[in-house]
Amino acid sequence: MAEASAWAALRSAAGSQGPAVPSIGSVARLMLERDLRLAFRKASQLVQPMAFFVIVTTLFPLAVTPNLVQLRRIAPGVIWAAALLSSLLALEFLFRDDAHDGTLEQFALSGRSLTGLLLAKTVAHWLLTGLPLALMAPIAGAALGVPEAAMPGILATVAIGTVTLSLIGAVGAALTMGLRRSGALLSLLTLPLVIPVLIFGARATQLAIRSEAYRGPLLLLAALAVLAITLAPLAVTAAVRINLE
Amino acid sequence: MSEATLEGKHLHLWRGERHVLRGVNFTVAAGQCLQLTGPNGSGKTSLLRTICGLSYPEAGSVHWRGEDIRQDLPAFHAQMTYLGHEPPLKMELTARENLKYWIGVRRRSSDREMAQALEQVGGDRWADRPVHTLSAGQKRRVALAGLLLSAVSLWLLDEPTTNLDVDGQRQVGTLIAEHLASGGLAVVAVHHALQMSPQGLHTLELGNG
Repeated sequence: MAEASAWAALRSAAGSQGPAVPSIGSVARLMLERDLRLAFRKASQLVQPMAFFVIVTTLFPLAVTPNLVQLRRIAPGVIWAAALLSSLLALEFLFRDDAHDGTLEQFALSGRSLTGLLLAKTVAHWLLTGLPLALMAPIAGAALGVPEAAMPGILATVAIGTVTLSLIGAVGAALTMGLRRSGALLSLLTLPLVIPVLIFGARATQLAIRSEAYRGPLLLLAALAVLAITLAPLAVTAAVRINLE
Repeated sequence: MSEATLEGKHLHLWRGERHVLRGVNFTVAAGQCLQLTGPNGSGKTSLLRTICGLSYPEAGSVHWRGEDIRQDLPAFHAQMTYLGHEPPLKMELTARENLKYWIGVRRRSSDREMAQALEQVGGDRWADRPVHTLSAGQKRRVALAGLLLSAVSLWLLDEPTTNLDVDGQRQVGTLIAEHLASGGLAVVAVHHALQMSPQGLHTLELGNG
């Protein structure tokens, strides 16, 4: 009974909403830590989209032409189409496991902001898929004959573009998380919405490769990212709640 | 804050074409446990999910401390824990890591509390093994440790004794009895009657939906 009264004492402390309730910041940190740890224990899910990106982009020089001038012309399209598809590949895993084992249910019942928790998850997803893609884009660029001076521009466009891809993708992933084979439907839902990212991303990359000013399309990409950060979390929360009912 | 009571008033719930809950009424006061019985498909899980606010009833309402839970769901959720059919655990993480991330979202708990909760459910020996190497009964025990650690007044449990050995089933009865003795409330869906003293134990029989 001594133990039981210990839990009861804890409960009254928690009931008064005292110092036991962790801050939003520490909860977000905890979520990030959890998702990163999980991702590294399931490394195959992490590596698959990256491998896809590298393989697709490095196949072009072999399949099309070894002529660097011609490759340089198609490089923006190749990099962006591959980045888009590989981020779609990673999306399927975003909420599916958490939906299956009841983790999302516990989030919804935790008394904390579900929007905040899901946003933290989406940020973790970007760190695990978007950021590595951005870091690898210059490598892919090198295979496609992109001059060294264009590398920072490519890295920046892919980094900012993938933020929007992760957020819009999260809406699609949340809507389809209850389905067993959601891949095709998820692509169908997400692709039309991310076409602007493809257009501006490829344009900025093209300008960077020609060593012209690419700030315009880059700022438009950033504007899309801001729009997505503002609206997507609300849609993700609503979609998750519908699926939990 | 008024006295801890949970009330369901005229709850009606439809699942597709089926009228699962037909005007369910109940009251649970502090120190009481409501045992939900009935055949498979009679709506035990549906009722639990309606109480915790995941499902929206077509009619009726759930009241906590005299107020409709829909008025302030986060505040209600902070005072309850729901354990579904499956323990909400990540197979790749250890039992201890699972508890850290699951409970850490709700409240700050010390390592000592975690050790105490794990010991109470008999899990101190395998707490650092990945959950996918644990048996179904051990996973259930981890979930029970989480229930203790969440330190809330209202427990909503769906078949908490599934996969547990005789000893474990008795332990669930003891945990609930201790929880009630310290002023807690519980609503428990069961197949086999809970192994605990009948004091404070009520039963709600759900019919065929």
